[in-house]
Amino acid sequence: MLAKRIIPCLDVTDGRVVKGVNFLELRDAGDPVEIAKRYDDQGADELTFLDITASSDNRGLILHIIEQVASQVFIPLTVGGGVREVDDVRRLLNAGADKVSINTTAVLNPQMVADAAQRFGSQCIVVAIDAKKVENQPFEWEVFTHGGRKATGLDAVKWAKHMASLGAGELLITSMDRDGTKIGFNNPLNKAISDAVEVPIIASGGVGNLQHLVDGVKLGGADAVLAASIFHYGEYTVKQAKQYMAQQGIEVRL
Amino acid sequence: MKNTDIAVVDYGMGNLCSVAKALEHVAPGKSVVISSNPDEIASASRVVFPGQGAMPDCMRELDARGLRDSVLDAANNKPFLGICIGLQMLFEHSEEGDAAGLGLFKGRVRRFATVDMHDRHGDKLKVPHMGWNQVYQSRDQGRAPHALWQGIEDGARFYYVHSYYVQPEELSLVAGYSEYPNSFTSAIAKNNLFAVQFHPEKSASAGLQMLSNFVNWLP
Repeated sequence: MLAKRIIPCLDVTDGRVVKGVNFLELRDAGDPVEIAKRYDDQGADELTFLDITASSDNRGLILHIIEQVASQVFIPLTVGGGVREVDDVRRLLNAGADKVSINTTAVLNPQMVADAAQRFGSQCIVVAIDAKKVENQPFEWEVFTHGGRKATGLDAVKWAKHMASLGAGELLITSMDRDGTKIGFNNPLNKAISDAVEVPIIASGGVGNLQHLVDGVKLGGADAVLAASIFHYGEYTVKQAKQYMAQQGIEVRL
Repeated sequence: MKNTDIAVVDYGMGNLCSVAKALEHVAPGKSVVISSNPDEIASASRVVFPGQGAMPDCMRELDARGLRDSVLDAANNKPFLGICIGLQMLFEHSEEGDAAGLGLFKGRVRRFATVDMHDRHGDKLKVPHMGWNQVYQSRDQGRAPHALWQGIEDGARFYYVHSYYVQPEELSLVAGYSEYPNSFTSAIAKNNLFAVQFHPEKSASAGLQMLSNFVNWLP
């Protein structure tokens, strides 16, 4: 039976892994290659790198990091952050990424998602959706871009369906209300999207304990769960997380 | 021209670095080249035929580079490992874009149904089939498991990402299968050829073991 995946996420800036709270207050969490190897040893199913570098000067750094990781770690690697054109996708794949995650550009230029899926295949195109609960709209969750600063007026569930129809092979759903809070995933949001699309979804944002990972699968319908801080600071290992999920009856790769 | 140990066939579709890096990792003394040169592929001792993207595009690009004959020649004559679309292209026909394949084996490439697929917990099964699934090795009629399964537990998990799967007519080709939710062929073997639907280059220790087995395989 297909296993539910656990994906540690590494936010990378200036060649280092960092972790923030609600997209702010960055703290240093270590060297990306060392961290990637540690998670691989612990049994991580995939790794996601988000390049949160603000200045374009340091853009090339992420390519170098991905090359180094890809020659030492043999599990799928997803890279996102600042992907603007089809050529960015090509560069990341050539550096050793298996999937590329597209966020703001998907909203500004949805055709780019279709073009990238057409050229490289849906299997390597992930669309990342940052969503927040809103009160003043005819829908419950709105899509935000630019690291969560810009409202788009888009219904997150409809947007997810649209992205899958354009060729996204997977959706990474981040609840901005939950990100960094450690109070758990936004399961109603994830469940609504998971039920609406045929492609796998990754739940992200808000993990504070191992039960949250279980809830993400059981209540949120997630095919994969992504977490950062619970792993970076050694609260739990990926292996502990998997053992706990297995005890709760979830199929995992042990 | 210096003889290449392992050629990874490059027909312009997707990321071949992962495959090459994993081969270099398991065969540090061997030369691994990513090649779209028919002569280089012909002179290589072993050939890996990977693939990503849509089958009609893959077939068109393969022909555009004049690589059809060198791939077929390698598949018939030397240790050959097909991966993902590199497995699917060996068959006659794919539902993906109604495309003809290389036709080395009789059979078709089918798409997973997108509706009403559930696992035994009742969870909805998504397409693409993406992630780590168990691979069961064919050991029927008292046959020993294939040399490429050496050191790999029966039912070990490998990483998959695909929406289509092969349906060979000749059942004796089947070297391994997985379930999603029904059984589908995930590995085939014949003489000097082995081909898999999953990605050994992304399947951690089990995948590296398989690549190492391939590099040392004497069919």
